[in-house]
Amino acid sequence: MWHSRLQRVSDIAQRWILPLAILVIWELAARSGWLNQRLLPAPSAVAIAFWRSLSDGSLAANTLISTERALKGMLIGGSIGFGLGILNGLWRPAERLLDSSLQMLRNVPHLAIIPLVILWFGIAEEAKVFLVAIGVLFPIYLNTYHGVRNVDPGLIEMGRVYGLSRLALFTRVILPGAMPSILIGVRYALGIMWLTLIVAETISASSGIGYMTMNAREFLQTDIVLLGIIVYALLGKLADTLTRWLEQYALAWHPNYQKPEAIS
Amino acid sequence: MNRMALADHPKIWPQNEAVSSEEFSSQGLPIRLEGVSKYFGKRQVLLPFDLKIPAGQFVAVIGRSGCGKTTLLRLIAGLERASSGSVFVGEIRVAGLQRPVRMLFQDARLLNWQSVLSNVGIARGRGWQERALKALREVNLFDRAQDWPSVLSGGQKQRVSLARALVSEPDILLLDEPFGALDALTRLEMHELLTRIWLENRFTTVLITHDVSEAVALADRVIVLRDGGIALDIPINLPRSSRALGDAATGRLQAEILRHV
Repeated sequence: MWHSRLQRVSDIAQRWILPLAILVIWELAARSGWLNQRLLPAPSAVAIAFWRSLSDGSLAANTLISTERALKGMLIGGSIGFGLGILNGLWRPAERLLDSSLQMLRNVPHLAIIPLVILWFGIAEEAKVFLVAIGVLFPIYLNTYHGVRNVDPGLIEMGRVYGLSRLALFTRVILPGAMPSILIGVRYALGIMWLTLIVAETISASSGIGYMTMNAREFLQTDIVLLGIIVYALLGKLADTLTRWLEQYALAWHPNYQKPEAIS
Repeated sequence: MNRMALADHPKIWPQNEAVSSEEFSSQGLPIRLEGVSKYFGKRQVLLPFDLKIPAGQFVAVIGRSGCGKTTLLRLIAGLERASSGSVFVGEIRVAGLQRPVRMLFQDARLLNWQSVLSNVGIARGRGWQERALKALREVNLFDRAQDWPSVLSGGQKQRVSLARALVSEPDILLLDEPFGALDALTRLEMHELLTRIWLENRFTTVLITHDVSEAVALADRVIVLRDGGIALDIPINLPRSSRALGDAATGRLQAEILRHV
């Protein structure tokens, strides 16, 4: 018990050694004047900026609005991608009708349509949500479709022999069988979600983390710019951790996701 | 040779029916194939043939790979449609999947994302958990009910799939080489288990196998499929307890069957 706790502490320590060392070296370099504070302020300056923007409420407000856009886009684009993936995976006529068009659209870099999006929506909320939705749609579509298609036909046949209804066949055989692939899509989509949002907010916004950093750039507040980047990194990490939990919960049956001691 | 089947073995029918009326007071259903053939595209897998399996009989079907034995099983299960002729389960003409028919596949085909218990009780329905636990006790896996299938051995997985078939109290059990991938010792254990469960339940059983000794050890009757037809149809009248390896009568039967494969 004591041993395993020690093991865990050392595991965590190993993950954090490198980032902490970089921070220390960076701080020392900035203080000694070796780094230009205008171009790259010390970590402590970023920490002060963090405290300032936290106490005047601007950081929380901007983070909140960015997260809201990200989640809205994810929800809309993810649902459409998931729905299309299931539809095309299960039903041949839909696949014949839709799949090649989707594959063609997928190859257009979604950020290339930004000028069009600005023409359509201006810099309103819809523009950002729309871009995020388009960005996450394809990875989720592809992985859902692929997952459904790759469910072992033997299992589906077994389900039919054992009298499962169409609904039960879907919820108990096809969907869980496709889940590992779907979650890979979700994870990939989360990365695209933040990326798209950063670009969209940097180009056209009047609030959000992207706006905050672009605004700070105009006033040469490098510490705020760095702060914005760090917030993005943390939000990305948070999203990744959440999917990891989701995987561990949803794929507890999968040998690759079982904790070593759980395998007997 | 293909036509040999029933016509050349007039003794089989009276014998087996006598056995079935004395010993088998089963809830098993008879199976009847009339002029059944099957081809995929131009390739003829089964030539038109007749076959009657009385209720409660344990039939083993032997043949080389590709001789159509799995197709025969899938026709009875309603997973394939006959190209000509009819398949009857009980008095009902098969036209799709049959409720009283359950099947064991070559691989266990368990849902890895559900516990052993949920796998066994896959058909759900009223009181499924109790029934699933009872079936697991039958196959000696009561204590593994809450495990994931991925931690089980090959033999245990096939026992789970056997329990899954037992839950719904089938009238007909179809076995498609379910022990083919198991090691010799585990296979012997499975033979014992299957024999015990069959003696208790007396469902009509059709076992596909390529192993002559397995067929002779388990079945009442062995059918050899060759070139799309029945090459041999022979009863096994030895008591089950004396079918051990090395027994002279058993050996003679095995040799006779092997000649026709």
